[in-house]
Amino acid sequence: MFQGTNLACVRGDRKLFESISFKLEAGCLMQVNGPNGSGKTSLLRILCGLSSPGMGIISWNDVAIGTLGNEYFRELTYIGHLSGTKDDLTALENLRISSALAGQKISDKQAQDALAYMGLRGRESLPAKVLSQGQRRRVALARLLVCKTKLWILDEPLAALDVGAVKLMQALLEQHLKQGGMVIMTTHQDIDVTAASTIQLQLA
Amino acid sequence: MFFWIVQRDLLLAVRRRSDVLTTLFFFIIVVSLFPLSVGPEMNMLRTMAPGVVWVAALLASMLSLGRLFASDYLDGTLEQMLLSPQSLPILVLGKALAHWMVSGVPLVMMAPVLGIQYDLPLDALFVLTFSLLLGTPVLSLIGAIGAGLTLGLRGSGVLVSLLVLPLYIPVLIFGAGAVEANMAGIAFDAHLSLLGAFLLVSIVFAPWAAAASLRVSME
Repeated sequence: MFQGTNLACVRGDRKLFESISFKLEAGCLMQVNGPNGSGKTSLLRILCGLSSPGMGIISWNDVAIGTLGNEYFRELTYIGHLSGTKDDLTALENLRISSALAGQKISDKQAQDALAYMGLRGRESLPAKVLSQGQRRRVALARLLVCKTKLWILDEPLAALDVGAVKLMQALLEQHLKQGGMVIMTTHQDIDVTAASTIQLQLA
Repeated sequence: MFFWIVQRDLLLAVRRRSDVLTTLFFFIIVVSLFPLSVGPEMNMLRTMAPGVVWVAALLASMLSLGRLFASDYLDGTLEQMLLSPQSLPILVLGKALAHWMVSGVPLVMMAPVLGIQYDLPLDALFVLTFSLLLGTPVLSLIGAIGAGLTLGLRGSGVLVSLLVLPLYIPVLIFGAGAVEANMAGIAFDAHLSLLGAFLLVSIVFAPWAAAASLRVSME
């Protein structure tokens, strides 16, 4: 169970949001909505533990994430605005290294299968710098296929993706939720993910 | 994990050879400028050699510090490192090791050749190389703290030199001191022992400090 209580975020002397509370059970999807600049990315970074909230507590299975440390990171996959792909590495190397970094060593075969699923067959050995924005996004998202984490925090995962890739993502998210995973995501695009329960979190 | 990160950074360095070569050529050019400008006064060149080579090594290693975390920061890989269940200090240690292998080792290998320009005797060349071998990893490790602290700031290049150069001074003093002692015919092993001690202390403490500074910078 992932829970946030009374979260607030202050940037300079501007309050981005305050008294945000939510409770996420297994199989739950939380969509964070709000206009540009309402603090969606800040909220997601706080939920990951990259930055600390101005106020409030975030807990994973009733333990604060600050005290869990690496144990929490073992359950978490975060894909942010920046996709974390290295321009000079090939798609395959990018996927293998980022998975290893997340504590999940995968074989060449597994990486190739994941990339093929994301529609990158035949482009595995191209350096990321020659891939298009959407293809790079697909490389980053391919990590979701090989990771075995419970909580996915995705910041605009659908940005730059075409219709086919959005469908792939939708299926991927639904499968993850069905297996008892949790997803927190922001998006400006329409995506229809069926989940055991969906929470809509509106930031002003 | 440690070897993964070292391997990754070395692979990236191989794909971007120009970055490695600029540091090395900077070192070669700075060291070679002095004999050209001072003139062929052998005694004077011999006395200034250790200091010049060491200062040039310091500046060259600082020149490459910007690359240590900046590119990972810009493309979001650093975020992923902070969220990795692996211990962050170990990752930082791996990155510092890769940085040293890319920017420090070429300097160490080049130093004896450059020392010939200063008419250094053979055993002084040997001590110079050995002192650089012990000292340059310390520069990478201490530099990692500064690079972490100044990450994402405007004008971070200048700031990092202001932060890090004072911390380099002990390494400079004992590094150059070892060679001077050797040329003066007195024992130099104390200098080298101290350099070794610096190295051990910075291997233990610098990764922690750099990891903490990265967490602060990424807030």
